[in-house]
Amino acid sequence: MSQHKITVTVNGQAVTQEVESRLLLVHFIRENLDLTGTHIGCDTTSCGACTISLNGRTVKSCTVFAVQANGGEIETIEGVAQGGQLHPLQEGFWEKHGLQCGYCTPGMIMSAKHLLAHNPDPSEMEIRQAISGNLCRCTGYNKIVEAIQYAAAKLNQPTPEEVPA
Amino acid sequence: MIPGAFDYHAPGTLSEAVTLLRQHAGDAKLLAGGQSLIPAMRFRLAMPPVLIDLNQIEGLEYVREDNGHLAIGAMTRESALEESGLVQSRFHLLADAARVIADPVVRNRATVGGNIAHADPANDHPAVMLAYGAEVIALGPNGTRAIAIDNFFVDLFENALAEDEILTEIRIPTPGANSGGAYVKMERKVGDYAISGVAVQLTMNGDTCTSARIGLTNVSPTPMRAKQAEQLLVGQVVTDERLEAVGAAAAAECDPSPDLRGSAEYKRDVTRVLTKRAIRQAVERATS
Repeated sequence: MSQHKITVTVNGQAVTQEVESRLLLVHFIRENLDLTGTHIGCDTTSCGACTISLNGRTVKSCTVFAVQANGGEIETIEGVAQGGQLHPLQEGFWEKHGLQCGYCTPGMIMSAKHLLAHNPDPSEMEIRQAISGNLCRCTGYNKIVEAIQYAAAKLNQPTPEEVPA
Repeated sequence: MIPGAFDYHAPGTLSEAVTLLRQHAGDAKLLAGGQSLIPAMRFRLAMPPVLIDLNQIEGLEYVREDNGHLAIGAMTRESALEESGLVQSRFHLLADAARVIADPVVRNRATVGGNIAHADPANDHPAVMLAYGAEVIALGPNGTRAIAIDNFFVDLFENALAEDEILTEIRIPTPGANSGGAYVKMERKVGDYAISGVAVQLTMNGDTCTSARIGLTNVSPTPMRAKQAEQLLVGQVVTDERLEAVGAAAAAECDPSPDLRGSAEYKRDVTRVLTKRAIRQAVERATS
């Protein structure tokens, strides 16, 4: 067994902790940091409920060791809303009924956020492909796709300063 | 599920990694993307006492053209293949496979080198690299050596690397004029292993196939080439009748196990159909 001191920036805040090498990143996030918005669904790298962003890329946090995140930057669902304002994706899931039980939602939003950062105006097929590593057992996905389309449209709207007078 | 305890090392250079591998010979596993190893450790199917993490070593993530081949660094993430203009425009077989490996989130972490070194016949790159006639570069205490992909897969989960060697690069010969390739995979759902998958890389002269290599996914205990199917294709005009014979040969020479994805008979028949589809697609790309 080996113990390692790691420093990770989580949602903009640096944290330093001693962790056992076998501690999975998802357990570090949920149990050590008490950020329980990241869920554990399947424990088999299938469902994507534990999807987070690590150094700018989404990963399944049940399939990375916490020690591997040393020196890295993590974003979880708790870091998505800014200044008390829901992110357009969160608003989209609310407005378009993109969830029923909500278990998959944090992972879905992290995958969708990664998609929109790389492809601001995705087609329906591109959205469906981008969330194909995230399983939802309630909605049949249609409402999730609509929620992401809502967010893309909102993010692509010109800001008030850009609108010609 | 929590993996068994292990000692963790994260070397900053390849030579440190080789030294560590030597020190812990027999006990150590290399950790690349971890998308197969960590699940196996959670189930305690694998309980390595020592993990040597390759993720801190710089300079192992690249996709570039070098002297007549495509060089892929072993730690290149699968998603980088999808984002590579070079792969998308000129290595169609690889581009096809990159889209269907696991799922998009797994592909952000999973590596090309890990997918090959794991030597799992259910993984997609082994068949792809067999079809390309690729070469694997291994680094050990005495320097590097090249291993032809045909000699790389020894048995189920067993490759030709020595205990103190690390796979550092994969080299794919740049396809010549009138060449084309395709990968066709049938899976029950995104993220599952293939029921069967067929990788084809071939060269055409008019209607005649002048060279072909065919790799099969998840229908044998060791990643395999469909050599009898290749023999029936090379030197022949690619007609529907010829394709039928080639598909039937691939179905006959593969050796699938029955499991929850289907019976052996079913998997053979899927292999027959996918072989025809992959060849048709490869011919179309070679001749357009």
